[in-house]
Parts: sequence; structure tokens; C-alpha cells
Amino acid sequence: MTSKLPDAEALLPALAAQLKPAVTPATAMIGLHTGGAWVAERLHPLLGMKDPLGLMDIAFYRDDYAKEGLKHDPKKTRIPFEVEGRDLLLVDDVLYTGRTVRAAMNELFDYGRPRSIALVVLADRGGRQLPIEARYCGVRIEVPASKKLRLKRAANGKLSLELEDAS
Amino acid sequence: MPANPQLNANGELQHLLSIEGLPREILVQILNTAESFAGVTEREVKKVPLMRGKSVFNLFFEASTRTRTTFEIAAKRLSADVINLNVAVSSQSKGESLLDTVANLSAMQADVFVVRHASSGAPYLIARHVKPHEHVVNAGDGRHAHPTQGLLDLYTIRHYKKDFSRLIVAVVGDVLHSRVARSLIHGLTTLGVPEVRVIGPQTLMPAGVEALGVRVFHDMRAGLKDCDVVVMLRLQNERMSGPLLPSAQEFFKNFGLTADKLALARPDAIVMHPGPMNRGVEIDSPVADGPHSVILPQVTFGIAVRMAVMSIVAGN
Repeated sequence: MTSKLPDAEALLPALAAQLKPAVTPATAMIGLHTGGAWVAERLHPLLGMKDPLGLMDIAFYRDDYAKEGLKHDPKKTRIPFEVEGRDLLLVDDVLYTGRTVRAAMNELFDYGRPRSIALVVLADRGGRQLPIEARYCGVRIEVPASKKLRLKRAANGKLSLELEDAS
Repeated sequence: MPANPQLNANGELQHLLSIEGLPREILVQILNTAESFAGVTEREVKKVPLMRGKSVFNLFFEASTRTRTTFEIAAKRLSADVINLNVAVSSQSKGESLLDTVANLSAMQADVFVVRHASSGAPYLIARHVKPHEHVVNAGDGRHAHPTQGLLDLYTIRHYKKDFSRLIVAVVGDVLHSRVARSLIHGLTTLGVPEVRVIGPQTLMPAGVEALGVRVFHDMRAGLKDCDVVVMLRLQNERMSGPLLPSAQEFFKNFGLTADKLALARPDAIVMHPGPMNRGVEIDSPVADGPHSVILPQVTFGIAVRMAVMSIVAGN
């Protein structure tokens, strides 16, 4: 199964090439912890944006807190630029139900009112539960609901997509 | 051994009653979560929607301004609804029992009870009687424990010193009557601080305090030598005239933190105090307001720590 998955490393330059024409001085990038932050850390230097990369953990905005609680130690959200009036590239690793992206947009608006937000994902696995789509997408893969598509980062920094059994 | 009343069947934090007996992983989880909330409290919009629709009842059977206020701010920043009950002047004075008060509040759909009580163990009693979805946070019970203060002290130490594993921490003053000291000492030893000292007169030192894993000093100058962190405790006014102490002046001379005594600690030592301070009794004004003092940041960190505690227990 794993051998059929696309090579995440090969997807990155192609995704950066898609983004390149869209970058203006008003563009800034935010990666979502943890996998989206890894992707954003790779894309950001390829695009020549003037602001440093922002990183966001949406734990405090999740819609399943009542059911799941706070299970993992949330990372600190760091957005080192003004969100107000900017064109934001919101980066995640895998797009699935759309709930993470909704939570991320809710959090972003507590920092200011961006002029636009475009969603960038390395992989779209389908299965959306909300009206959310990626404008820039590395690859579309059909993944059964019984499986989880995850991005892994090796000790040498190399990224790879893997399938796991959904818990 | 009976199960830890603070943890649920999965070993997660269900109530926060005491730092004593909490595993290191849970302390670290609270500190890490608080660090993320500290980021929220630095924003212009200092609120997250996490506890929208939940109700936090501040149940203070004993007076407190700072602790109650910071719990209230913390709950509001989590978007919870907060109800403050100054029970000392309400039902209890009409003769209602503690558990009847709690049962009535529970009938008003509570999710979290923040409890301060003059009797040690009162929050335990409440925790044993609440429904499974209700959570109790101890905001100070008698001489026993004040876990959120201990946690905010731990947070402050980690913020300034990064690593617990090489520190010398001194806790100074009225250790005997201090629930803050007890909570902090348990936290420091659990997180691996190699040397915790307690400094104070014999009359204000609990018998057998060494069993907590601390070194005892009755000479403040000897005790402060090479310390990285100095935690001053409040000398409660009512003790000053009692048989345990000759006078406030005498106490200040021997155990008040002055600049010349602090000079014996490490040059980058931090000075902490849980408040409210008695200037000129346990701490000299130039020290309280000086460059080593982190007393006001402690108050700010306390909000993030209480946000972390409430959001963790209410989610479990």
C-alpha cells in the first residue's frame, strides 16, 4: 500500500511552483502544527516572502473539545507579522474533513482581518464534512475512511506520506 | 493504596486537588499547555472559544482577591460563563452544609467548581460527591495545598531558568502555615530539582519537613548561598503577635529578604512571592521592586496556568 503513495519530497517543488505567481508583497504564510508547519518550513524559503513564517496550533479552537478534551500539549501559536489586510497562504499537510481549517480560520480572525486566505495542502484525501477546498494542492489521493494519511518527518528532515489504520 | 482521587480511569486529570501525587507527565502537560495560553494572553483578542457554553463556579468559603480574580479572568478568556459565590456571606451563614451548597450549584448545571476553603480537605470532600462531568479545582484548602499557586511558581521558574535539573531553590519564611510552600516543594521534587531548601525559624518549620526531600536552614545567610530561585512566603499578620515569633521587626532582621542577604544568592537569582506582600516584614521594598523580582510576572503567568488547568480538567 505504502509504495503507491506519492513522494512528498517530489511534491514540494511542484507546489512551490504553483504558488510562486501568486506571491505579492502583501502575501504571508502560516503553517499549521505539526505536519503543515513542516510543509510550510520547506515552501517558505522557496517563495521569497519578506515576512517570517507564522506557525499556528489550533488546539484551543477545535470543535471536538467537548468530546475529546485537550489530549496533546498544544504548541504556541506564533504569528510574527500583522494579519490585518494581508493575503495569507494557510498551509496544512493533509486536507480531510476540513475541520482543522475551519478552526484555523477562526483563530486567524482573532489576530486581525486578513484581506484573503488561500488554502495550500500537500495532499487532499477527500472526505470533506465542511464546504472548504484547497486552492493549491500537491496531490489528490483516494483514501478509505478506515485509513489515516499522515505526513512523517525523518531525522534528516525528509518528508514522506504514510497510511495508518485510523484509531 | 487507594486510587488517586484526582485522576480518572485513564490516568487523566479529572480534578486538581494537590500537586502531591501527580505524575511528572501531568505537571509537564499543564506547564506546556499554559505556555500556549500565555501566547493567547499576549494577543489583542485574549479569548479562545474552548469552554464556550461551560460554567465555572468560583466557590470561595474564605476571602481572596487575587486568586479569585485570576480564576475569573482565566475562565472568561476560555469563554466559559463565570459565577462568583462569596459563600462566606451567603448560604453557609444561614446554616447550609457544604455538600448541600454544592448539590444546589450542581443543579444549576456547573462544569467546574473552583473551591477555596479554610478547612484542609474540603475540595476532596466535594470531588467525591460531584457528578462525573463536574470537575473540582482546589484554590487553597487550609494549610494543606494551593496547587495552582504551586503550578504558577513552577511555570515562573521554568520561564526564567528553562531547566529544573540544575537548580537550587530556597523557600523562605513561615513554612509551617504555608499551603503554597507545601504545593511548591512537591512540584519541585517531582520535576527533578536537585536541591530544595527551606529557610525559617524553628517555630515556623513543620516537624519532619525533611521527609519532603528538603534541606532545612535556620540561618538565612547560609541558606541563600548560591541559590538560583528565592521564594519568599507571606508572614500572616495574625502570627506576628502570637507565641511563635518575638516581633515583626525581629523576623525581618533574621528572615526578611534584603539586598545584602540576596547578594549571597547567584547573581542571576530570581525572587518570587505569592502575594500579598508584607513589605518590611518578609521582604524589603528595594528587593520587591528590584531587578531580581519576578513577583508581578508571577501574577500574569497565573492566568495562563489557571486557563490550562481548567481546560485540561473540563475536557477529561
